[in-house]
Amino acid sequence: MLLLGLMLLLLPGSQADPQGEPLPGAPLVPPVLRGPGLGSSSPLQEELGASGVALARSTVEEEAGPGDPEAGEESSHHGGGFRVVQWEWSYVQTPYIIACWLLVASVAKILFHFSQRFTTVVPESCMLILLGLVLGGVVLLANKKQLYQLEPALFFLFLLPTIVGDAGYFMPARLFFDNLGAILLYAVVGTLWNAFCTGFCLYAAKLLGVIDERVEAGLMDFLLFGALISAVDPVAVLAVFEEVHVNDTLFIIVFGESLVNDAVTVVLYKVYISFVEVGVENVQTADYFKGVASFLIVSVGGTLVGLVFAVLLGFITRFTKKVRIIEPLFVFLLVYLAYLTAELFSLSAILSMTFCGIGANKYVEANISQKSRTTVKYTMKTLASIAETIIFIFLGISAVDKSKWAWDTGLVSCTLIFIFVFRAAGVIGQTWVLNRFRLVPLDKIDQVVMSYGGLRGAVAFALVVLLDAEHVKAKEYFVATTIVVVFFTVMFQGLTIKPLVNWLKVPRSTNRKPTINEEIHERAFDHILTAVEDIAGLQGYHHWRDKWEQFDKKYLSKLLLRKSVYTKSELWEAYQKINIRDAISVIDQGGNILTSARLSLPSMASRASFPEVTNVTNYLRENGSGVCLDLQVIDNVPGAKVEEDSETHHFLAGNLYKPRRRYQSHYSRHFMPLGEKERQDREVFQRNMKIRMETFKSSRHKRHKKERSLKKRRGSDSKEEGGVDKPRRNVSWQDKNPVVVPVESDAEHSDAEKEEDVGITFIARKPETPKPRTKSVPAALEGCESPPPATPPSPPSGNSHLPWKGGVGSPPPCVSVEATKIIPVDLQRAWNQSISSLESISSPPGPPEPLHPRVSALSRLGGPRPTSYTPPGSFASYIPPGPASPIAAPEKKMEKEAEENEEEDEEEEALQEVQPLMSSLRTPPALLPPPPPPPGHGPPGRRRGPCVYLRSLMTSPPPGGEPHSRGPTQL
Amino acid sequence: MGSSSSRMDHIPNAEQLMQETGFSAAHILRLYARFEFLDKDERGELRPEDFGALRGLAMNPIGDRIIGAFFSRGKETVDFPSFVRVLANFRPTETNTIRDGGQSFSRTRKLKFAFKLYDQDRDGKISREELLQVLRSMLEQQVTEEQLQSIAERAIQEADLDQDDAISFEEFKKSLERVNIDEKMSSHFLR
Repeated sequence: MLLLGLMLLLLPGSQADPQGEPLPGAPLVPPVLRGPGLGSSSPLQEELGASGVALARSTVEEEAGPGDPEAGEESSHHGGGFRVVQWEWSYVQTPYIIACWLLVASVAKILFHFSQRFTTVVPESCMLILLGLVLGGVVLLANKKQLYQLEPALFFLFLLPTIVGDAGYFMPARLFFDNLGAILLYAVVGTLWNAFCTGFCLYAAKLLGVIDERVEAGLMDFLLFGALISAVDPVAVLAVFEEVHVNDTLFIIVFGESLVNDAVTVVLYKVYISFVEVGVENVQTADYFKGVASFLIVSVGGTLVGLVFAVLLGFITRFTKKVRIIEPLFVFLLVYLAYLTAELFSLSAILSMTFCGIGANKYVEANISQKSRTTVKYTMKTLASIAETIIFIFLGISAVDKSKWAWDTGLVSCTLIFIFVFRAAGVIGQTWVLNRFRLVPLDKIDQVVMSYGGLRGAVAFALVVLLDAEHVKAKEYFVATTIVVVFFTVMFQGLTIKPLVNWLKVPRSTNRKPTINEEIHERAFDHILTAVEDIAGLQGYHHWRDKWEQFDKKYLSKLLLRKSVYTKSELWEAYQKINIRDAISVIDQGGNILTSARLSLPSMASRASFPEVTNVTNYLRENGSGVCLDLQVIDNVPGAKVEEDSETHHFLAGNLYKPRRRYQSHYSRHFMPLGEKERQDREVFQRNMKIRMETFKSSRHKRHKKERSLKKRRGSDSKEEGGVDKPRRNVSWQDKNPVVVPVESDAEHSDAEKEEDVGITFIARKPETPKPRTKSVPAALEGCESPPPATPPSPPSGNSHLPWKGGVGSPPPCVSVEATKIIPVDLQRAWNQSISSLESISSPPGPPEPLHPRVSALSRLGGPRPTSYTPPGSFASYIPPGPASPIAAPEKKMEKEAEENEEEDEEEEALQEVQPLMSSLRTPPALLPPPPPPPGHGPPGRRRGPCVYLRSLMTSPPPGGEPHSRGPTQL
Repeated sequence: MGSSSSRMDHIPNAEQLMQETGFSAAHILRLYARFEFLDKDERGELRPEDFGALRGLAMNPIGDRIIGAFFSRGKETVDFPSFVRVLANFRPTETNTIRDGGQSFSRTRKLKFAFKLYDQDRDGKISREELLQVLRSMLEQQVTEEQLQSIAERAIQEADLDQDDAISFEEFKKSLERVNIDEKMSSHFLR
């Protein structure tokens, strides 16, 4: 999207501003893109209105784009008054074409990757170029004229920055700076060497007559050509090397070189251009020195601009806490601005952007949120990928246009040979020098790959297209040669580099994240080396890096990092990252049931310890889960040391799930008004996770001993899952509760109907979740009906029914006949049962009424009801409140019940593993033919959820006499 | 270093040292100069205090341990040959790359040095407590003790193959087998 918008912006700009950037390639600008209405932005707006203007324009367009029959059609239709449907092609033309190109490019990528075997052999860049050739051919055949071409301005202002920005931002900084010496040497000396040698040798070849006479070029022209053709291209290198996966050092040297050599290329190119323009005769000695000075300014200046923007970016992201949503935008904008600013002062834009990315990455990543980090990553990768695709396709398309180039076999073959030979020679020579200083020398294989990996690409092409044909007479030859060179390096070398790397057995990069041990020890190594350099009195690399780190810690981090981030330790971060990675891979591996052993699996080395060995393997066999495990290996390890392992798992679990749990505690409050279904799903999911973790924790000590405990746990899991259903239903029910219901003997009935409206789910779902019901209803009944010897909460639960009795009991508590039809039978029975039980218990005086905060809140909400809500202290539990508030009381009673249920459930949760007694207590009421509860009763019994959530916000009081203890404190 | 030949003479066992450690004469000379600079009392030996006077080392979180590594067991001082031998651990091994054995030998030596930094009681194992101590010094105050515990726990978990709740040298080596020790534990200036 961004790219699209940017390209849209570009197109008018590049047309309207021919004098700013020398655009000698102006005739190359595709006619479609120069379509009327795009010349500047204002006609675009005019076009919105008058159709007459559009008419005039469309005739122009007909000339411009003869390939578009629609354009002609449009012209004929216009001018006939108001039209219902208008063909506004010229209005949408540019973005439409761009979008289509993007679409074609993206679809092409999909197609390439259909064939797995094909893509492993042929690099994507080759395929894209081929596709471009085909497309270009089609367009050419259709139009007799090439419409599209890789335009330098488009390339340099939009396509290249997206790729460089991505590369710079995600550049492994440590690796880059560790190899900075080598990179700089290859980039500066190597590029200069290539440029001069190629230029001079081509000139020599010209003098020797190898290159045809028609190529009108002098020494300066050849040097210029040598300069632009000698630079290794970042886009091509990235495209090819990313698929080859050579080892990190090799990659960073080649790729770093391709980025940094931009400064050299830019300077050489500009110097030669000016020399060519003024003529070789007029060049004075001072100009050469100016050239050198210009090189320093361009490179250092570009780097500085980049660093300034990096600091700015870091600083800005410090303050984005409240506007997380635009964090990624800051990253894109500032990195891009770094590029543009450098371009503005004609400094090395690539250097600027690269260093901005490298410099800011650490601070930005620490400052912005996880989501923003992901956004930045994916957006950058998407943009870079699509830019790369477009570049290669357009390269292919551009090659088809024969009018732009002239072929000379001598020039082409000489150039090909020279760049290859000098690249190899340069690499070998420099490596020889470099190896005298390098800690880990680059061996022959590395050198071969580096020589072979010197790919040329779109930068060279764009530069050659930019040449001014008036000054550089041989431009067409140069264009042809550049195209051939680019194609040869990208296609031939890109195709063969993979087999070559395989054949040479170049050490590949292992896509492996460091383990915690490596993190720790490598840090220790750094310290050791710094100390050794101190002791030996050497100001080595480690010394300076240490100095830099101290500086960074003292000043930069303080300036650029948020306070909260600043205090975090890197090692701790690394540890957490590893943990999270583990957790994710566990879940990815189908972690619907988390066993402790699997929790520890993924990041462990293959030979890592698995104390609960038998457990794991058996479990895996049993379930046939898709985890790839070398069972042999695991079986061989003896099981021991369980305690520790489980401790680690505990840590892992804690780290993993804490956020979610915390989140959940707020959950009921924030997501109450959400759609029923979604909320249910989410809630169940979250609760399941939580419960699993809890059961896992509580049972983990047993599990390693007994296999069967696993089963048991699963059983309890399902139970809990069922239990989870309760809260949400009740929540929903309560949502609707405030509806005022007339006070009549029929109150129950209408109430029930109301419930049914909302609570269709609970009635419908009843068969699915039989257990929660049995659990919930008895929870209320336990105290009253079944003898309550073992359950402490029973007396309070008995008491809590009193207000209910008082509230609704005074109007006749019978269920009308109509109600029976609608309300499920068992609900009615439950209702009746509870009524009778209440009546039987009504004797003991209730303690001060414990009132849940929620109730009071509701009471405040409900309009007519508040009268019934006297403060709990004065609220005599068994005194029937006024008949005016029949619903309020039941509701409160429900609340109370819910509260008790919740307590009991909680207890059950805690005890279910340990106490079989408890579960047996739980079941009897389910087995009993349940006495008919009132319709309003069944649901309230289940209403546990809200209270659970609320409770988790409070400090949990000891289970048992809770209603008593908690009541007063709440109000 | 004009009088290199004459100064070379009064370095004890210079020839033997060069052979043993692979340092060039220039290296030995430079190290000797450094040794004399550190040896403020000119006793021909260095004591821990001499090292402690170095500012950079004082700021190094595990500086004390590294100093300790210079002193063999029970000794209070280190003489020049031992000093050089310790530093020789940090030579890059490019000369030995041809022979396969040389590299792994150097690797083992470097690892041994690092291992000894952890293993303060020299029982051949890094216990949890020892690891914790190193972590504690490396992580400064920013991390809570609990976090430290979990990191150490995790690290031992990862590396411990024989379930003895400690990292032996073999396990240490194994846990770092994918790290380029030569690169990470060599100093440019000691080659």
